[in-house]
Amino acid sequence: MDIFGLIDYTVGWAVVAGIYAVFSLGLNVHWGFTGLFNIGIAGFFAIGAYTSALITTPPPKEALFEDFIFGGNLPEYLGFLNFGIDLWFLLAILAAAAMAGIIAIPIGLVTIRLKGDYLAITTLGVAEAIRLIFLNEKWLANGSRGLYNIPKFLGDVVTPANYNYLYLIVVLIVLGFLYVMVTRAINSPWGRVLKSIREDEMTAQANGKNVLNFKLQAFIFGAAIMGIGGALYAHNIRFVSPISFDPLYATFVIWAMLMVGGSGNNKGAILGAFVVWGIWAGTGFLPGFIASPSIRLFMIGLLIVVVILLRPDGIMGEERKISQKIP
Amino acid sequence: MKQTENTKSFWNLIKLTPVHYVLLVALVIIILSLLSVIKLELVINGLVMGSIIAMASMGLTLVYGNLKFAHMAHGDFMTLSAYIVLFILTVPFHYIGMRSTGLGPFTFGYPLLIAIPFVVLVTASIAIGLDRIIYRRLRNRGSNSVILAMCSLGVAIAGRGIVQTIWGGDIEQFPRLSKLYYQLPMDVRIPPDAIFIAGVVLISTFSLHLFLTRTKMGKAMRATADNTELAKVTGINTELVIRWTWALSGGFAAIAGVLLAVFQAQLLPSMGWSFLIPLFAAVILGGIGNPYGAVIGAMIVGISGEVSTQWINPTYKPVIAFAILIIMLLLRPQGILGTRD
Repeated sequence: MDIFGLIDYTVGWAVVAGIYAVFSLGLNVHWGFTGLFNIGIAGFFAIGAYTSALITTPPPKEALFEDFIFGGNLPEYLGFLNFGIDLWFLLAILAAAAMAGIIAIPIGLVTIRLKGDYLAITTLGVAEAIRLIFLNEKWLANGSRGLYNIPKFLGDVVTPANYNYLYLIVVLIVLGFLYVMVTRAINSPWGRVLKSIREDEMTAQANGKNVLNFKLQAFIFGAAIMGIGGALYAHNIRFVSPISFDPLYATFVIWAMLMVGGSGNNKGAILGAFVVWGIWAGTGFLPGFIASPSIRLFMIGLLIVVVILLRPDGIMGEERKISQKIP
Repeated sequence: MKQTENTKSFWNLIKLTPVHYVLLVALVIIILSLLSVIKLELVINGLVMGSIIAMASMGLTLVYGNLKFAHMAHGDFMTLSAYIVLFILTVPFHYIGMRSTGLGPFTFGYPLLIAIPFVVLVTASIAIGLDRIIYRRLRNRGSNSVILAMCSLGVAIAGRGIVQTIWGGDIEQFPRLSKLYYQLPMDVRIPPDAIFIAGVVLISTFSLHLFLTRTKMGKAMRATADNTELAKVTGINTELVIRWTWALSGGFAAIAGVLLAVFQAQLLPSMGWSFLIPLFAAVILGGIGNPYGAVIGAMIVGISGEVSTQWINPTYKPVIAFAILIIMLLLRPQGILGTRD
């Protein structure tokens, strides 16, 4: 592989890592700041990706034996607004975030009252249910054959060979925007309430905070971020099918990222995504059976256990807010 | 928060109403199937599936009750045991010429009966070993239940990784011989294996009952599940109780995994993981920490899952289990037999 090939590869890798970093940020809102044990990331991932894909793909052609009925074809409809900057992309991302947030409301209303590990079990069930719905309801999104022809954002600006460079910039802009938004939200009084809920629900309640309400808001906020991640994913791979939302790639890897980077720290969440995805991609180059996906599955599990046992704070850990000024 | 209910032990409660409930539900099912609203065969299938769920969820509920966390790796214990039995049957037993199929009316052979106690010991040791290495440290550190659950999630992922590394991610066929069904009236066909599965589960449930009510360790286990602090104060060695809990839990998961392999005739690395939702549904339905409740919950989950296939797509079975779980959490979060909050 020559140097340009290596750079191309790294850019493609960084796009995926950046998308994972978005999920890691969303999970940080759930787990890192509020203490919501969500192991159903795959569900919100799928909702975001499918929403964005469904509203932007052209309507299905019957000649291709496609059974599904919906295709928003947003780029076509918004053609008159298109001043060379594909505005539909912004709408698709917002729609993905909104849909993930809306779906999170009933899930949250039902599950948020429950204790930590009940929430884990129910979110796991929700993710599985969402995956099964997309798999079985062919009219909705073409079942197991999935959706393709997902349009590229600014696809006609650069050549396909160089498209990853452009998309990396897009992903980094979205990531940076979300980072600033989450950080500001967490440093606001609203975020302090979340942290106090995470530390001790009773105390937060005793201080007159509506704990359920705040937890629900955090759940919706995090889910919306995951929805954005799903939309970014859909327009990168440009193909979504239920197989993409296997719990391994869509939930566990993200958990490993947040735990490694340091839950409760937004920089850590982003760093963790790049580190773990680096390990994941790097081991692919190792010789022999070490490169097999099964060994990586084992390593992801081991990584979570080892981090919890030996370094519960991850690489960065949470920044101390009050005592940092005290030597 | 209801103190008055706390004082009444839930072990006394089961002698009263729930048996009546179960009989009532059974009666309703029989009447419905007589009126041919539901197919009796699906109910029988559900009972078999429920037996396997019951087997695994008894172990899961013991861990949940005694260690106070949701053990996410329970399904992967099942997977691992099923694969270990597959290995025993197809490699060492195969080479010394033991036929793995065709014992009496069953699809499997007598080597399976030799392999089951072995795999129970192996999985129980793995469970105790994992507790030694991982969970005990977290316990001593005073970690909360969510951290423990997350750690077990890591164990589950790693366990599945090991299974996939050794056996590959594809479907493995369990050695079996096709056998005739028993044809019963009302269009009911029962495979002989189903009777074996039901028998094993009945014997195990009864042994667990004797263990919990007649032995000192069993009583200590119930006391620990009821109130760990109080058990410690009265001189119960809770660490020993926890080891026994893991041994029982691992052993029961192992049997459940093997029975599932016999019933489905094929193995997948994700078979145990996808069993988690029905398992937790059964545990929560029955009331956490109550093995009798888990059996009842498992039967409800198993039967409703199978009967639902009469009207809806069979792939939605996990969703049915999940829906039951949600309804239960909303209406009666302490479970059918549970009294604690």
